[in-house]
Amino acid sequence: MTAGVETPRQGSTDRLWTARIAQHVRKNGLQYGIIGVLFGLWLLFIAGAPNTFLKPDIYRALMTSVPYWGVIALPLTMVIIAGDIDLSFISIMAVGMVAFWQVYEWTGSLGVAFVGCLTVGFLVGLLNGIIIVRLGIPALIATIGTQFFWRGVVEVIRGGQGESLVLTKGTILRDSLVGKINGYFPAQVIWMVLIGIAVWMLLNRHKFGAHVYLIGDNENSARLMGVNVERTRMLLFALVGLAAAFGGIIQSVDVWYFWPNLGEGYLMNTLAAVFLGGTSVFGGTGTILGTFVGCFIIGAIQPGIIAIGLTGYWTKLIYGLIITVSVAMHTILRKRIS
Amino acid sequence: MGNILEMRGVCKSFGEVQSLSDIDFRVCENEIVGLLGDNGAGKSTLIKIITGYHRPDRGEIHFHGRKVENLTVPKARALGVETVYQERALADLQTLWRNIFLGRELCNRAGFLDVSKMKRETHRLMVEAMEYTSSAVNPDAVIKTFSGGEKQGVAITRALYFHAELVILDEPTMGLSLQETRKLIDFVRGIKSAGKSAIFIDHNVFHVYSVADRVVVLDRGRVAGEFLTRDITLDDLMEKMYRVAQTGSLD
Repeated sequence: MTAGVETPRQGSTDRLWTARIAQHVRKNGLQYGIIGVLFGLWLLFIAGAPNTFLKPDIYRALMTSVPYWGVIALPLTMVIIAGDIDLSFISIMAVGMVAFWQVYEWTGSLGVAFVGCLTVGFLVGLLNGIIIVRLGIPALIATIGTQFFWRGVVEVIRGGQGESLVLTKGTILRDSLVGKINGYFPAQVIWMVLIGIAVWMLLNRHKFGAHVYLIGDNENSARLMGVNVERTRMLLFALVGLAAAFGGIIQSVDVWYFWPNLGEGYLMNTLAAVFLGGTSVFGGTGTILGTFVGCFIIGAIQPGIIAIGLTGYWTKLIYGLIITVSVAMHTILRKRIS
Repeated sequence: MGNILEMRGVCKSFGEVQSLSDIDFRVCENEIVGLLGDNGAGKSTLIKIITGYHRPDRGEIHFHGRKVENLTVPKARALGVETVYQERALADLQTLWRNIFLGRELCNRAGFLDVSKMKRETHRLMVEAMEYTSSAVNPDAVIKTFSGGEKQGVAITRALYFHAELVILDEPTMGLSLQETRKLIDFVRGIKSAGKSAIFIDHNVFHVYSVADRVVVLDRGRVAGEFLTRDITLDDLMEKMYRVAQTGSLD
């Protein structure tokens, strides 16, 4: 028996190094691939619309709007790595804001309302997890159900009414969530980076993340080795719920208004960013860096197309093309790697 | 010698199927017990009860003379039970070091992993326990690229690392080459000489006979009989196995 991969003989340190480099590329190839796509697209946009893409405004716009749903794509990556899916987070965004407003009316404190918003998001996500794990309903179906259900709850409670958030003007809450650092950097992009780092740590340097990969890779092995599969899966859905509530409040506070249809239109973007980032729909593999970059690629496509001078009608076609080609590329790369 | 493990009156059914009925089973200290039986005899169910994967419907489980309630996989591993499963229980897309420490990651109190220590230990284990040449071991290699024998080596190394008192080997020779099989048999003998115990399950009566101190024959969820290998010849054992399979009785 030899321990796989390379069988070096004496005096073959060069070959060993080649093997190590080859392995590094194999291991990180998907991440290099997605970064390559990002730069390729960027250069294309610069060439096509230099007036837009050589000026800072477009980047500020991206850093403003991508985090609304990008902060959800990060923990959603872990759910997909574990072999599950969540389609209900777009409704949880709005549920969190309903909770925010209710708590604010009761307490008059924005801080307490913020905590209430996040708590409700976490609990609604956890409920998803309980339904999926305890009842054994496939996540795809269960979260279609809860997506409708929670949107319905929002509509019933609010009677279709929104709420102005102008009262958050000048508050610590608003400044720390969406304030402009140096008059330029939107704070939400810093939050997205921080959440990205936190999720990366959780996934790659914590026991929890080790179990996430394991569950998505081989759930039976995970059980045989004593991993608490149920608890891990439930917690993953709760984290997506938490992030959805956070994304919802960022967007609402940033646009000064809570719309009851908050979140609608983000479902496909968010999922596309995760898959574009190289996370396998079959579970077991995926990276946070990939998703992070994927979010900005998805976010840049629409303004890029319009800046180049194509009509908005082209947006979906090019979305579809980039997503399909990227996922095909990932699949082919993965096959070649093995 | 005391018993490491003793099971009394253990029953287990899955829906309508009575997989185990009224099983008494024990493993003594420093004893290799061979578990024989045809497909569906209940071997896998029995060991999955010992490892805490399945809960018995009735019956008692004792470790070192002490009754254990609600045995779970982590509890069984804490009691010194390590298993090399038939299906190997590896995660194909993950690296070697992650597989060695599956479900038992080295981490601090907050749950953060000590990645460099796990990689170091993986390297040491593969070299010391499995006798790989140092430069050929790469803790970052993905398991999918390993051969069947190498995968089995990983599963065994993992069982070794955690200082098992009782190693359970479920069909470990399946898919192995002749040379790998011989190495495995040596490994089981090594368990004996290290003063540990093992349960060895295999279709191949010859393999079981050559390493086991005692052989337990299961048939249709019951213990059909047991023999000390020093009291019975291989031919007699084979003869009895055929008879059990045909008639359900040893004699």
